[in-house]
Amino acid sequence: MATAQQGRWVRVHPLVVRITHWVNVLAIVIMVTSGWRIYDASPIFDFTFPASITLGGWLAGAVQWHFAAMWLLAANGLVYLLYGMLSGHFKRKLWPISPRAVAADIAAALRGRLAHEDLSIYNAAQRAAYLALILAIIVQVLSGLAVWKPVQLQTLAALMGGYDGARLVHFVAMAAIVAIVAVHVVMVALVPKTLPSMFSGRIRRQS
Amino acid sequence: MKKIMGERFAEYRSPEIERIERRLFLRRGLSLGALALLSGCNITDQESVQNMLLGMSKWNDRVQGWLFDPTKLAPTYPESAITKPFPFNAYYDEDQVPMIDGNDYRLELAGLIRERKPWSLPELYALPQASQITRHICVEGWSAIGKWSGTPFRIFLERIGADTSAKYVGFKCDDDYYSSIDMATALHPQTLLAFRYADQILPAKYGFPMKLRVPTKLGFKNPKHIRAIFVTNEYPGGYWEDQGYNWFSGS
Repeated sequence: MATAQQGRWVRVHPLVVRITHWVNVLAIVIMVTSGWRIYDASPIFDFTFPASITLGGWLAGAVQWHFAAMWLLAANGLVYLLYGMLSGHFKRKLWPISPRAVAADIAAALRGRLAHEDLSIYNAAQRAAYLALILAIIVQVLSGLAVWKPVQLQTLAALMGGYDGARLVHFVAMAAIVAIVAVHVVMVALVPKTLPSMFSGRIRRQS
Repeated sequence: MKKIMGERFAEYRSPEIERIERRLFLRRGLSLGALALLSGCNITDQESVQNMLLGMSKWNDRVQGWLFDPTKLAPTYPESAITKPFPFNAYYDEDQVPMIDGNDYRLELAGLIRERKPWSLPELYALPQASQITRHICVEGWSAIGKWSGTPFRIFLERIGADTSAKYVGFKCDDDYYSSIDMATALHPQTLLAFRYADQILPAKYGFPMKLRVPTKLGFKNPKHIRAIFVTNEYPGGYWEDQGYNWFSGS
């Protein structure tokens, strides 16, 4: 019993992943909340975001935050992607993804029975969510570039249906990011032992 | 106990030390964070945030200068794509639009310009003319397509002997608006000193007697009711720019 409780420390998250994760949290929070303020200046849909949850105070301030934090998001994202590809981290942790396993894991999660015995291995639902988040952020950066530079990067903007199309893509990708992050945070709340490991990188394996 | 004995002494101890070090590091990090939050209430620190944001905005001016391709044209559209009615937009309401008498009007020139004689409207209308149907994009996010006609600004700058190696072209307007652009954008083939909107003499609400039409920049970089143009190497700023909007604001 005593040995089982003490267990063995297992490394679950490499240092680069932990650092880029928390820098990304900061960058995404700044980008999303300042982006909401910019959206409010000329809403695409029939609603605006409450000013109290936006960043920047007014349009100019929000634009300043948005175009400052974009460098943090891009530089940090680049470090993460390069590390993920070159070190084999992506291949090891996110691959393979089988649609059937993803569906099975999501069903299990909804019934509250998703397995979390071994936190060093991402289950299929996690793999799908993390990959979707990576892709959504890439789409978000590309559509953001198209909205920022619809003349200099007009080919990119044209791919998204022009300036207004790129604005719409930028909004939809934001919604996807916020939705994935919301589920992610709920899952962490349901399996709280995952949180300290995102700082320390280790978890005590029960065996 | 067995497990510990099985491992080498150094391997057994170092995780403990590591953990203590990490805890100390985290605690230090947390108190630094708490300090930052607390001092967030005082103005000097907000000023440092302001300075950081303004510094990044200046950096973005430089990046946009590098990204700007002087030969890349803004997309143009057919007449059928024109937004009707084209929105009125200014820092004041439409009933406060300045009414300018075209007969008395003279465009003033200053700064690094060889021939600084003022120009009357008939003289300006006699210059070579060009038209464009382009998208006006506001910093707020909305956009509208319109048709503007006037003199390519490069031709005008060459005609008046402007020093095109200078950094900035500045504008002072009759509605107390002011702005400035980089020389590369001033010389762009689509930058127009526009006298007409939709083939009609520019109405007051769209900037009579002239507006600078810059389809490679955001709307607020398109000053209306221009009274004076100057060429300079001293950063001239602008009405919105001085309040925190990004100066280059290229699109």
